[in-house]
Amino acid sequence: MILTPQRGGLVILLSFLLAFLLTILPLPEWARFYRPQWSTLVLIYWTLASPQRVGVGVGWTTGIIIDVITGTLLGQHALAMSLIAYITQKMHQRLRLFPIWQQSLTVLVLLLIEKLLALWVMGAVSQHVPSLTFWIPPIIGMLLWPWIYIILRDLRRKFQVS
Amino acid sequence: MVVDHRQNHLEGIRAVLSVALSPLDVIINLPRTTGDWISETFSTRSNLLRQNRALKKENLLLQVRQQKLDSLKAENMRLRNLLDSAFKIRDRVLIAEVIAVDLDPYRHQVLINKGSSSGIFQGQPVLDASAVMGQVTHINPFSSTVLLITDASHGLPVQVNRNGLRTVALGTGHIDRLELPHLPNNADIKVGDLLVTSGLGGRFPPGYPVAEVTAVTRNPGQPFASVLAQPKAKLDQAREALLVWTLDSVQSYAPPESATQEATESDKEEPPL
Repeated sequence: MILTPQRGGLVILLSFLLAFLLTILPLPEWARFYRPQWSTLVLIYWTLASPQRVGVGVGWTTGIIIDVITGTLLGQHALAMSLIAYITQKMHQRLRLFPIWQQSLTVLVLLLIEKLLALWVMGAVSQHVPSLTFWIPPIIGMLLWPWIYIILRDLRRKFQVS
Repeated sequence: MVVDHRQNHLEGIRAVLSVALSPLDVIINLPRTTGDWISETFSTRSNLLRQNRALKKENLLLQVRQQKLDSLKAENMRLRNLLDSAFKIRDRVLIAEVIAVDLDPYRHQVLINKGSSSGIFQGQPVLDASAVMGQVTHINPFSSTVLLITDASHGLPVQVNRNGLRTVALGTGHIDRLELPHLPNNADIKVGDLLVTSGLGGRFPPGYPVAEVTAVTRNPGQPFASVLAQPKAKLDQAREALLVWTLDSVQSYAPPESATQEATESDKEEPPL
């Protein structure tokens, strides 16, 4: 059924690996709370760029990996990231046409959905309710989105990932 | 998620995944290990000499203190024999290194480089050089996750070292603060009191220092006083952790068969340090 050859799987994998490394990279104490959701941003980009390859399954796997490496409840990120992958896949044709600032706003909403689901899970297992800094990473992610988009797009073109 | 939260069936899956992902930890920890290696390899002779001298001095001091401890231990055992209660102070410890990896910032956890291959078990107490750090929550073959005592979901049975007042120290989510809830307004506790583990609950061996009381606010309108304490362990700086095996963990909580009522009573009393 797939006629076009699948290329550049390695590039996708490496970008995810880099995102995981950035997720557990030690930061100074004050900066830890502002760490953007790197892997979610990468996931959104690849779902936009090649929705036939990256989707809910990849989102779920990424989420499980994030849960394992950051020591959260198994499934907390997996749930949120499969939902994000689903929404992005549904909207990818519209999202691609948006100007970049409008895309950033959409990404902000997606990142907020991830945080909201995480908060919901934390509430369900009666964990401590975090302070307002909990909501800052999506805003930083929104500001980072144009750069991530441009860098990954150039990578995709260079290695002709389809 | 429910299964992971309520039961431990998924621990195996988590362990397998962590092994597969452990290269990530190694890569992240690489700058620090190289830094350590460089400073160890290229440190000057005078530097080493100075360090050596300081360590010798410290060793001497510790040995003197140890002498005193030995005699105190003997005395303690003798008194306990008089009371007919079984108690052993021997613990086995293993030193583990903290891996420089950032976990979820809203939970206080650290990763250490010893796992089930070193015989670590779930709920094992973890100390640093000065006080209790936390307990092991997830075990992988070569690393494990430690939940610190300041995590908001952690509670630790403690007692005031001065008078044996028993209470529970709850984590607050702040790295430098513990909370002692449900202490009545007239409880005998004051700023500067040392809190030690009480051994109730059966996870932590009794008698290890935990925290120092920093604030006691007695509001007559409230049923309980609000008491805050600061952990003695350097939770956000520690690079080495000690894992403890209590050798008599079963004995000290189940009274011996021949125990009289009196012996069980004295079992409940906490050992003096």
